[in-house]
Amino acid sequence: MEMKRQNDLNLKATELRLGLPGSDEQPEKRNNKRASSDMDNSSDGEKGDQECAPPTKTQVVGWPPIRSYRRNVIQAKKTEVDAAGMYVKVSMDGAPYLRKVDLKFYKSYPELLTALQNMFKCTIGVYSEREGYNGSEFAPTYEDKDGDWMLVGDVPWEMFSTSCKRLRIMKGSEAKGLGCL
Amino acid sequence: MLEMYRNMEGDGVGLWFSSSLCIDVCACAHARVGTQMATGKGYDGAYGNGHTTTVHAFFSLIQRKYTCLCLYKHSPSVEVGSSVGHFHGGSIVSVVNEGIVASFLPVLKGLSFESAMVQDPKRCNSCKDSASSRDSPGWTRSSPFPDEVLDRVLSLMESHKDRSSVSLVCKDWYNAERWSRSHVFIGNCYSVSPEIVARRFPNIRSVTLKGKPRFSDFNLVPQNWGADICAWLAVFAAAYPFLEELRLKRMAVSDESLEFIATSFPCFKSLSLLSCDGFSTDGLKSIASHCKVKLLRYGVRNLTELDLQENVMDDLGGGWLSCFPENFVTLEVLNFASLNTDVSFEALEALVTRCKSLRVLKVNKNITLEQLQRLLVRAPQLVELGTGSFQQDLKPRVYAELENAFNNCKNLHTLSGLWEANFLYLPVLYVASASLTFLNLSYACLRSSELAKLVAHCPSLRRLWLLRDLGFVMAAASLCGFMSETIEDARLQSWDMPQEEDSIIKFRGSNLYFLVQVLDTVEDKGLEAVGSSCPLLEELRVFPADPFDQDIVHGVTESGFVAVSRGCRRLHYVLYFCRQMSNAAVATIVQNCPDFTHFRLCIMNPGQPDYLTNEPMDEAFGAVVKTCTKLQRLAVSGLLTDLTFEYIGKYAKNLETLSVAFAGSSDLGMQCVLGGCTKLRKLEIRDCPFGNAALLSGLEKYESMRSLWMSACNVTMNGCRLLAKEMPRLNVEVMKDDESDDSQADKVYVYRSVAGPRQDAPPFVLTL
Repeated sequence: MEMKRQNDLNLKATELRLGLPGSDEQPEKRNNKRASSDMDNSSDGEKGDQECAPPTKTQVVGWPPIRSYRRNVIQAKKTEVDAAGMYVKVSMDGAPYLRKVDLKFYKSYPELLTALQNMFKCTIGVYSEREGYNGSEFAPTYEDKDGDWMLVGDVPWEMFSTSCKRLRIMKGSEAKGLGCL
Repeated sequence: MLEMYRNMEGDGVGLWFSSSLCIDVCACAHARVGTQMATGKGYDGAYGNGHTTTVHAFFSLIQRKYTCLCLYKHSPSVEVGSSVGHFHGGSIVSVVNEGIVASFLPVLKGLSFESAMVQDPKRCNSCKDSASSRDSPGWTRSSPFPDEVLDRVLSLMESHKDRSSVSLVCKDWYNAERWSRSHVFIGNCYSVSPEIVARRFPNIRSVTLKGKPRFSDFNLVPQNWGADICAWLAVFAAAYPFLEELRLKRMAVSDESLEFIATSFPCFKSLSLLSCDGFSTDGLKSIASHCKVKLLRYGVRNLTELDLQENVMDDLGGGWLSCFPENFVTLEVLNFASLNTDVSFEALEALVTRCKSLRVLKVNKNITLEQLQRLLVRAPQLVELGTGSFQQDLKPRVYAELENAFNNCKNLHTLSGLWEANFLYLPVLYVASASLTFLNLSYACLRSSELAKLVAHCPSLRRLWLLRDLGFVMAAASLCGFMSETIEDARLQSWDMPQEEDSIIKFRGSNLYFLVQVLDTVEDKGLEAVGSSCPLLEELRVFPADPFDQDIVHGVTESGFVAVSRGCRRLHYVLYFCRQMSNAAVATIVQNCPDFTHFRLCIMNPGQPDYLTNEPMDEAFGAVVKTCTKLQRLAVSGLLTDLTFEYIGKYAKNLETLSVAFAGSSDLGMQCVLGGCTKLRKLEIRDCPFGNAALLSGLEKYESMRSLWMSACNVTMNGCRLLAKEMPRLNVEVMKDDESDDSQADKVYVYRSVAGPRQDAPPFVLTL
């Protein structure tokens, strides 16, 4: 996907990371994320339904050596903790650090968006089903339980607030592709 | 004349009854004996202050002259030069060591007892002559050892290894042992058949059975592989009608089997299922319903233990707990921590109230704090507690009650659970924590400060299990020297944001993004606290909270682990998951703690080199095996060449279990291990470049081992066939993956067996 490549260019090629040459590897066989969740480096891609969570084909089976029971519990915990707390991280492209917002605190999208705009001193604009946030400088996106990046506003608020794991306010130019997902 | 001597190795004493030649038949046996202390003449009745003396009991066969009972004292604090006792005139004397009270029961009926203390632990002269003939294999048919003596000593022997040794001495002793054995341990359910067990041991009351290979815990063994308990139960019902206890690990257990257990054994007391699968809460209903049965001939059957740990089971609802009858009061152990559904709290509270002997209670996460408080009030005598979720909004009054309830638990040794632990409530544990020896926080997400405060109240802690969030990276100021100020600021900032566990700081300078992830040294500070608060710590297990998060490019520092090793010199068991490690850190750790018996290091990125030097981790494990001479169990990881295995083969002479993954360069690696590790019993290998040559180099060895597992290596079907052909007493089983080519042996499981090939193998298991 074009967007993915753009992101790759921004983050990977120009990134100064801490580590030794050659240690920055993402071997095929260990990559367990879907393409769409590749946008942000620290997304966790596979915390979906832990009930029947067979490893995706590219994941190494049985590694690391943690008993299934414990593995399931930890995954459930992450989902639970994320959901129960309702505090989700919010990143904005270009901002020096991330913030956290409590989704429980807001009852609707306009409330949330206003808060975000205040927090990051940016303009997000108005959502339209057809165009997304086209025309605005920024577009709010979120990662849902399945690890997919979605545009904020498409689904009813309740559904959004229970499935949202983290928020990212993208540059409008980068967000163009999302509108047509 | 009865004489006691100190042996040549200096680690034991021997007792001569009459004159004969002493031959060591068995080498490593344990026995725990004695409840009395003898000093001077006669016996007192004290047992040392919590010092248990493990005595190697060692039965040797001798020529006519001597019957020899050799009792070896084995304890880290035995010093050379400790005093030994001497026997004269048919008397027995205890061995008394400074600070450790050891004793023998007066096993020798009818003999008079006198004692003399000898300060100089040299051998007495009459023993020296016999030493030279130690190796000659003279066996006599009958033992001059009085039967009552043997029976008495056997009754004190619990360890199956000891008993195995005894049974090898001679036929009489084999018989004496088998009739007196009440507990049998079967490490591989396919190594022997239930009929053979029943034939040999007529009086078994307790059985421990292990089934599937350990890698089945990690989904490497397909469903329906086997290890079904039901064939065993059928035989046991006939042969051991008085069976009291079943402890099963990695066995397939169905609801029908549970019902069978509940109804077929009138004396059944204790059921423990660890990592088993195939049953549901319906099976538990059977156990509960039949836990107390009045049986005409046998009186009343009373269940005392129901222990369910980490099983894969169908949780069909919590009604099972309500099936315990109201007149059932004998429960001592109840562990249902791993069940997901609710149980009736009324039933649970009533059960806890009426079972006054309850000492272990581990509830599941659906039990709230308030409910926990009510349970604790009913059972302040608990020794082991598994809390529920430990999260709730508590009113102050309830908080105070909870604190009181915990304060009243004066005997708490083990604490686990704390699933969602709200750190605000942890202080209720502080007073009760003083007596804790085992703290299992492996399902609790605690921040370092919370952990530090908690362990500060656990000075007696010996075992600690933790969960670590590994999502952080240390900011290496040196790398971004000119940014050091900003990194300092960033670090300061991260502490200023109490809600944040992590901070991702992005700086844009020139055309570059600097992505600096600042370490919140959560884990390290917590572990440092452990190092300083828990000097008695013997076991540490650290599990990862993000095992599958591949985005974490770099790992967290190992300084926490090093800190623990500095503060906890008695550490001998470690299981440690991390994303990277350095050779230097491991070397430091084992230098601080040379007594490791179990060293399991899992660097989660396969083939990860030393992150400081980019070299393989060979020297790390080299340091481990060279320094830790008592090492029994080792799990290796990271980038490893054959050199690691050369080290292991050369130095790890006490190694019994070895786990290897994604390591090694050639067959030589595995050959070194098979050739060098004389005590090896279990070898499990996955994803390593070991092929047929390596497999076949162990031909002679596999019969002295429990099992070998090799998966995703370079072994072929032909290699396996050859092994099977050469070694008919081994079961060589291959499981094939569908997609692979016919000649590859994808998963190989080799084990010794006296029962021959499996009769119940599913179609995907080929026995060669």
